[in-house]
Amino acid sequence: MSTLPLAVTRRRRRGVRHTLDTRVSPYAYVAPFFLLFCAFGLFPLIYTAWVSLHEWTLLSETQTFIGLGNYGTLLADGYFWNATFNTLSIGVLSTVPQLVLAIWLAHLLNKRLRFATLFRISLLLPNVTSVVAVVVIFSQLFGRDFGLINWVLGGLGAGHIDWAAGTATSHLALSVMIMWRWTGYNALIFLAAMQAVPRELYEAATLDGASNLKQLRSITIPMIRPTIIFVVIVSTIGAMQIIAEPMLFGQSTGGGGGLATGGPDRQFQTLALFVYEQGFANSTFDFGYASAASWLMFLAVVIVAGINFLLTRKVKGGLV
Amino acid sequence: MRLRYLTLTGVAFFSAFPLYYSVVVASRHNSALAQVPPPLLPGGNFFTNAARVFDTVPFGLALLNSLIVAGSISVAVMFFSTLAGFAFAKLRFRGKNAMLVITVATMMVPAQLGIIPLYMLMVKLEWTGTNYALIVPALVNAFGVFFMTQYLSRALPTELLEAGRVDGCTTWGLFWHVVLPTARPAAAVLGMLTFMSAWNDYFWPLVVLSPDNPTVQVALSTLASGYVNDYVLGLAGTAVGTLPLVLVFALFGKQIIGGIMQGAVKG
Repeated sequence: MSTLPLAVTRRRRRGVRHTLDTRVSPYAYVAPFFLLFCAFGLFPLIYTAWVSLHEWTLLSETQTFIGLGNYGTLLADGYFWNATFNTLSIGVLSTVPQLVLAIWLAHLLNKRLRFATLFRISLLLPNVTSVVAVVVIFSQLFGRDFGLINWVLGGLGAGHIDWAAGTATSHLALSVMIMWRWTGYNALIFLAAMQAVPRELYEAATLDGASNLKQLRSITIPMIRPTIIFVVIVSTIGAMQIIAEPMLFGQSTGGGGGLATGGPDRQFQTLALFVYEQGFANSTFDFGYASAASWLMFLAVVIVAGINFLLTRKVKGGLV
Repeated sequence: MRLRYLTLTGVAFFSAFPLYYSVVVASRHNSALAQVPPPLLPGGNFFTNAARVFDTVPFGLALLNSLIVAGSISVAVMFFSTLAGFAFAKLRFRGKNAMLVITVATMMVPAQLGIIPLYMLMVKLEWTGTNYALIVPALVNAFGVFFMTQYLSRALPTELLEAGRVDGCTTWGLFWHVVLPTARPAAAVLGMLTFMSAWNDYFWPLVVLSPDNPTVQVALSTLASGYVNDYVLGLAGTAVGTLPLVLVFALFGKQIIGGIMQGAVKG
């Protein structure tokens, strides 16, 4: 008799603990990610908007609210528009050929193949190399006087090109670096999607006499459309944020103008590099102005990613 | 058929050649670069050049810093991602699907955008110039959580968890005794991917660290900027800082590629 109430409380206590364990503990398990994201992802994002409405520098203790003043100055700033143009130009030059090439490579790899692993590893090798290493290596290859690329071009009868000096040539050189680093990675992502396409479709198409290219266009691309859209969006977001390549290229080709200008004439300064210049490389450390530029950059990312999303959906839809 | 092998071999060549050529230059003397035709085989100067790298920048310290940073981040990401992946894949709780969607959506947020407040935060915490500024924000990330969720929902049998429950395991007990052993192969791949990207991270360390206490990438950029015409020095540093990673990749490449492709499906 006397043990019964005790047993009931014990069971009830176990019940509470059990409820805590099954109902509440899952939140604790996913909490680290959300806490970290709020502290180091979301908060900085929102705070950027707040800072952008102020005259705010690292050096001064006081900040004055100036509303949209920074944005007004930015829209009249020629360097900002120059950086926007460079970002779009390098983005298109590096992303479009890269994705076409990646789909084609994935298509080539998506057959029974000898040395398949070896090919895949070599494709991913550039992606394992750090940005710094990539730019240091390619700055040598693109060197004006002793670069291997100019030597080959010279052999073909072309003159020596000062790659870093011109707008078009520097954009081309940077795009080659970006493509070298990312084409193989994207090819593997496409390959993963292609492997999920039923083999019978290809067998039937082969029986019907469809060529390799025709199969790629009429079977593969429509079937992997979600992956294509995903990769296009991710690549767009990445391309809009390019910073390390132009920064290091300007440094290691030594054209002058410092770390953050993207060449002495700002011929390859990207938007992200412009933000860095205003916030960290200028003697003013103008956080307010740089934050405003960040938000305009974010706007540009959203717009361009949105356009690309619509384009990818439409173009591929037309092919089916 | 033959054309396919030819194309792929060509692409493989272009992927590997810049790395090979960097070793060629790094093992030569500066004067060799002016030769016509340029040298295409490695020379015997590599160790002399590498020693110069260590004399010019604090490269030993940089290697140590990178090892500490990338190592701690990898361990933390493996642990927290497996934990969250377990919850998302196998536990029932209110708001789960919405939270998973939010997790994936955060991958689309351009990280560059918040760099200024992030820096201000680090100043407040007095973490600038220290490895904390690199490690703490990177302890877990959306990709890792998503990656482990994908893997565990496929590889972890629900019956096994139920059996554990019947035996009186708490959720934590299940995680420790059932989930962790199952997650090991995928967590290892995630760890390697994380280590590589942490090792290669450049921009944030550049902003938040000082040149006298750098990571490998920051030290390399110092090397490349200070000695404009000394390509040999820059490339020798690049080789020392990159080759360990390339070797690891060559050894475990198959698993790493499998991991990338698995994480990508339905991304």
